[in-house]
Amino acid sequence: MAIIKTKNLTYTYPGSTKASISDVFIKIEKGEFTLITGPSGCGKTTLCRCFNGLIPHFYQGELKGEITVQGLNVAEHPIHELAKRVGLVFQNPENQLFALSVEKDVAFGLENLGIPREEMRQRVDWALQLAGIYDLRERAPHELSGGQQQRAAIASVLAMQPEVIVLDEPTSFLDPLGAKKIFEVIYDLNRKLGLTIILVEHRLDLTAKYASHIIIMDEGKVVLDGEPHQILSSEETRLIGVGIPKATQLYHILRKDGAKLANTIPLSSDEMATLLREAFKG
Amino acid sequence: MIEVQDVYFTYPSGVEALKGIQLTIRNGEFVAVMGQNGAGKTTLVKHFNGLLKPTKGKVLIDGVETTKVSVASLARNVGFVFQNPDHQLFSETVEDEIAFALKNFGFKESITKRRVTWALNLLGLTQYKKTSPFMLSGGERKRVALASVLAWNPKILILDEPTIGQDYQQKEKLRQFILQMKAQRKTVIIVTHDVEFVAECNPRVLLMREGKIIVDSEARKVLTNSEVLTQASIVPPQIAQIFLQLYDFELPQNIIDVYEAHQILLKALEKKAK
Amino acid sequence: MSVFEGLKFRKVYSPIHNLDPRIKFVYVCAIFGVAIIFWELLPLITLFVLQLPFVFLAGVRRQWLRSMRGAAFLATIIFLTNFIFSFIGAGYIVTAKNLENAVALTLRFIVLVESFSVFFLTTSPDHLGLALEQTRIPYEFCFAFTTAVRFVPVLAEEAQTIMDAQKARGLELERGNFLKRIRNYIPILIPLIVSAIRRSLELAEAMESRAWGATKKRTNLYMLKLHRSDFALIVITIGIIAVALYVRFYVAIPSLNELLMGSS
Repeated sequence: MAIIKTKNLTYTYPGSTKASISDVFIKIEKGEFTLITGPSGCGKTTLCRCFNGLIPHFYQGELKGEITVQGLNVAEHPIHELAKRVGLVFQNPENQLFALSVEKDVAFGLENLGIPREEMRQRVDWALQLAGIYDLRERAPHELSGGQQQRAAIASVLAMQPEVIVLDEPTSFLDPLGAKKIFEVIYDLNRKLGLTIILVEHRLDLTAKYASHIIIMDEGKVVLDGEPHQILSSEETRLIGVGIPKATQLYHILRKDGAKLANTIPLSSDEMATLLREAFKG
Repeated sequence: MIEVQDVYFTYPSGVEALKGIQLTIRNGEFVAVMGQNGAGKTTLVKHFNGLLKPTKGKVLIDGVETTKVSVASLARNVGFVFQNPDHQLFSETVEDEIAFALKNFGFKESITKRRVTWALNLLGLTQYKKTSPFMLSGGERKRVALASVLAWNPKILILDEPTIGQDYQQKEKLRQFILQMKAQRKTVIIVTHDVEFVAECNPRVLLMREGKIIVDSEARKVLTNSEVLTQASIVPPQIAQIFLQLYDFELPQNIIDVYEAHQILLKALEKKAK
Repeated sequence: MSVFEGLKFRKVYSPIHNLDPRIKFVYVCAIFGVAIIFWELLPLITLFVLQLPFVFLAGVRRQWLRSMRGAAFLATIIFLTNFIFSFIGAGYIVTAKNLENAVALTLRFIVLVESFSVFFLTTSPDHLGLALEQTRIPYEFCFAFTTAVRFVPVLAEEAQTIMDAQKARGLELERGNFLKRIRNYIPILIPLIVSAIRRSLELAEAMESRAWGATKKRTNLYMLKLHRSDFALIVITIGIIAVALYVRFYVAIPSLNELLMGSS
């Protein structure tokens, strides 16, 4: 069942003459790990803002076409109602933590929803544990590293128990290890809890292996949409300037020169190494 | 030339950020400073233009000790582009923004004009010269910040996390640009944790950990040494990872470039076929 | 930037830190009131000493000494003005009484600073925010308070980075005459303001995404509850007030001078 569906979705920011996204037609199934990518300014962030109603409710502007989340028309439901279904995690961890302790921040959404204290305590602890920051729950945000802050931000949307978590370039300010932890946390949420994950990310080399669905955008339009192996086998990805993983690139150029490698496209170095190992042995 | 002689640095808060750094960077070198957040990378490069002065030890830029001169006079030779362009853009137009430093350094108006035009052109910003920098996209703002430093043509260029938030094409442009600088015999120092970017550029790598330089060598040696990379919490680039996993096939172990990997694997597979 | 360092609080546990901030505040106000109604040295010394156990129990001696040192300058001024005026008033002679009065007034100031510094040194901002929330102050106001505390150090750090970035482009803040120097700050202020605006937009976005304003009946993760120690403090406070009032109205307080004379 599609959890998010858009039909001819077109949006123009107030004061702008050009639509930031136009005619977007996508379907995201429950339980998918979707990767949205594309060059800067392609409309990825704008699309994310539509998922929980920041567009059109917070940003105003002109929304055409239709977007539904769990059957609810986004344009007709307020953000706080959608926020229970779709949690958004932003790029800069610093600007999404407002409280003076981690657990208070994780509780923020639940407090806003008026959840009773006992239940809130349980949900907060649950979310802290899943994000792997239970031990840091009493720290102040400035005492955490960027990666820990970002996990606190993830915990704080997780506590609201949404069906979908959308992460807009959550690791661009983090070091590789911090980034890897974030990806592992969200991959776990996807696999173990069956949460639908939508991840916006430039660096396919770090993330392609987690995805079950890739959407590539350019100039406000969806240009490719499908299963990762299939998407990365097409030549087009290179043309619009999405850096494909080096392992995949190596596979392509080796095959082009007639190397005998199996017919499955590798998305990670592990997969590529396995293919090569087979080729050397076989 | 940059000479760092047994430098220690402690922040007023008591954090010991540098613990005995010994380092020489010659003119025309291309250096990447890598390591985890908090390893001391930015603290180290801030010593090169005098924004920070060592608590102990000496930093010499072309033989001049940084404690003896002002930041402004050091900056004349050492350009420093900060990570976030929004921390420096303030002018009404892109043109003014780029001219700002030139005015601070007391360049003549005619020269200022010529240099601004040159910098605009170099970074493909000419069409925006009358635009407010705040109206530009993130990638463009980053380029304006870079142009505003390049304009005075410093001998040494320091870029703090230049690839953050940049897409593939922007990174490619940046790489081309750095190569161009290298060709002009400029010293380029980047602070980064983008292993794939470093793998493509193959600079000299200084790997830092807890205020010390733990390895100082060329990229292909550092990025294939999984032992030291683990110490610095860095994941090897993908190509290196592939070769590390194929350790038992007698392949060379210092490959980080995709085209080099292509050549080697092709040969190895042919040999196998025979 | 060291001013802002103070705002980077850390969680500390001590019997004093754990007291309900509301009760602590009432206590501080009581001390304040009592200090105001006395101008004699003896009761003020008593008040001063009375608070030392708090400082030691809370384990904030170092910070407390620092704030006392900060108050020293003003205290000296208070002492000197009082002393000089009474010196002139008494016809240019130094009397023991004048001296004692000047000391008493200075001590009164020190007691006030002491009690407030104990309060602020032992009450973390989030505790304070919580206390605000539970005293029927509109939530928006409390939220503004905690967010401000949260972001002041962040902005201070950002200001430092901006200053570094502009210095790296040859900006010299100390150059030129007075007007020029003020203008030198424009390249620092504009990025700071722009980035604060950008930040506040992002914050608003994040708040909205977490169901800000979903219901009027907001709940709270923490609940301030009065513990035995809080009741103890209430009793202590009432005791201090009662004793103070009794002494004020029914006891003739001897001056230190008289006391010393009497004993010898």
